[in-house]
Amino acid sequence: MSLFNMSGLTLKWLFRRPFTRRYPFEPRKPVAGFRGAVEINLGTCIFCGICSKRCPTQAIEVDRGNKRWTIDRLRCLSCGLCTEVCPKKSLGLNGAHGVPTMTKDREVFQGAQTPPSAPAA
Amino acid sequence: MAERTIIPFGPQHPVLPEPIHLDLVVEDEKVVEAIPSIGFIHRGLEALVEKRDFQDCVFVAERICGICSFIHGQAYCQGIEEIMGIAVPPRARYLRTIWGELSRIHSHLLWLGLMADSLGFESLFMHSWRVRERVLDVIEATTGGRVIFGSCKVGGVRRDIDAEAMKTLLERVAEVERETREITRVFINDSTVKHRLCGVGALSREDAYLLGCVGPTLRASGVAQDMRKLGYAAFNELSFEPITRSEGDCYARVAVRCDEIFQSADLIRQAAAKIPAGELAVKVTGNPNGEFFTRVEQPRGEVIYYIKGNGAKNLQRFRVRTPTFANIPALVKTLQGCDLADVPVLVLTIDPCISCTER
Amino acid sequence: MIEEQPTIAITPATLVAGVQALRTEGWRLVQIGVTKLGDQFEVNYSFDRDRIFKNLRITMPVAGARLPSVSGVYWCAFLYENEIHDLFGLAFDGMAIDFKGHFYKTAIPFPFAQAATPVAPSKPATTSPA
Repeated sequence: MSLFNMSGLTLKWLFRRPFTRRYPFEPRKPVAGFRGAVEINLGTCIFCGICSKRCPTQAIEVDRGNKRWTIDRLRCLSCGLCTEVCPKKSLGLNGAHGVPTMTKDREVFQGAQTPPSAPAA
Repeated sequence: MAERTIIPFGPQHPVLPEPIHLDLVVEDEKVVEAIPSIGFIHRGLEALVEKRDFQDCVFVAERICGICSFIHGQAYCQGIEEIMGIAVPPRARYLRTIWGELSRIHSHLLWLGLMADSLGFESLFMHSWRVRERVLDVIEATTGGRVIFGSCKVGGVRRDIDAEAMKTLLERVAEVERETREITRVFINDSTVKHRLCGVGALSREDAYLLGCVGPTLRASGVAQDMRKLGYAAFNELSFEPITRSEGDCYARVAVRCDEIFQSADLIRQAAAKIPAGELAVKVTGNPNGEFFTRVEQPRGEVIYYIKGNGAKNLQRFRVRTPTFANIPALVKTLQGCDLADVPVLVLTIDPCISCTER
Repeated sequence: MIEEQPTIAITPATLVAGVQALRTEGWRLVQIGVTKLGDQFEVNYSFDRDRIFKNLRITMPVAGARLPSVSGVYWCAFLYENEIHDLFGLAFDGMAIDFKGHFYKTAIPFPFAQAATPVAPSKPATTSPA
């Protein structure tokens, strides 16, 4: 009869700091290399829409005429496919944990509007 | 004449990680018959593949299951690569092997925890998952995600593990191995655990083979079948033997999975020693035209992927037969004649991953 | 190719005899799967022995498709056959356990047999970042 096999393990952890983290009082720093949320550099973006076509969950919407780039944060999987296919390398992953949110909003990034061309004289 | 009652087990049950429904026909406290019924998390992922580009469907394949996700993605990529005749660079094959074996370690540790939970041994459950956290931290550091790795793509892998990261990985794996020994000692030696597991749900070698069992369920009954011996990824350059036991009961299945954790740690060390330098992926042009059956060894057993393409960007057919689907007949068979209190133990002993089963 | 995968074409009439022969030789049933190509069903029966793979294939028209069940030979086949019936509508005669269409709980009957209809993603309210 082999009893009390757990005693060693239990006693060891009785005198150690607990393994669990007291979240949210102790926030967790993401490990380096964690993917995180998608960020866009509007200066280099040409609004071609390739990221929108390739996104597996259709989270990105690109409005070429109005120069608007929209992302649904709750649909985004942080897969990083958009960052790989962007021809101008305007997209990147910021390595931060997602923030809890109460509403299903989409984030809109507005690019600089070009002034309307002067009417022909 | 004893009275028969029908007790519904699931889909909500504290011991089940995922919903499955069993109608248990019970006579006093002995289960006479069990009738399974699934479909609670059927997402129709096989049909989704027909609507999206074949390269983007790696993400769909990975999300079939949360526990065995990397190997699903790997099997999908391998199927497409065999159809299109793409030769994956050796470094990518070794990286896939390492991530696959890390996936196996974390899956088995998760299962050991759930097994302890089904016996009522909650502190052992918590300790198993504590050790699993270390594996998940390693995976997060190398791939960017804890559960869904996202590191496999058609033609290779998306991320690299450089020499520095590899050294850290090996240190962590050695730590995990040390801590796992403390836990498996309890599973293998403790009398209270053995009392619940020995002799329960015995499956003879003949039965296990003809019922179509795969994975540790089959190997615990004495049949040495391991799809890693097919030699995909880097497995034809690593040395290992399938781990088998002959009793075929729940205790044998626990013992097989405990030993497989140590075997996976050893395989990771072998792969890390032999990994060559080189590129990570080859460029993929064109579309798949043809069909192939890929067979890969997941933590739960043999998964078979049938991929058929006809030259268009979207595939024609994507069929997945996951190991839990093949193990359900064995579950139904072992439930006949068992005690009602043993039902949770028996359901967990085949390592049910119902989200895989139903896709 | 990592392994050879021979596919042998058979007919519904020779199905059960062919499967029985494989069982006597010691093959195990790996999977039964169906592909719908236009108006044809392609049914694949896959077998394995010592890691050697073999495939039996039946091609038949969709209309009025019925096949004899092989669950008398391999008991585990009843799961695959019930799933195929619930998803594709291909009926099998003589299954060991017949769920009569209630094995899989799907929103619509025989979902995979119908053409895929694209569903537009729902659009929640848009807000600009603060």
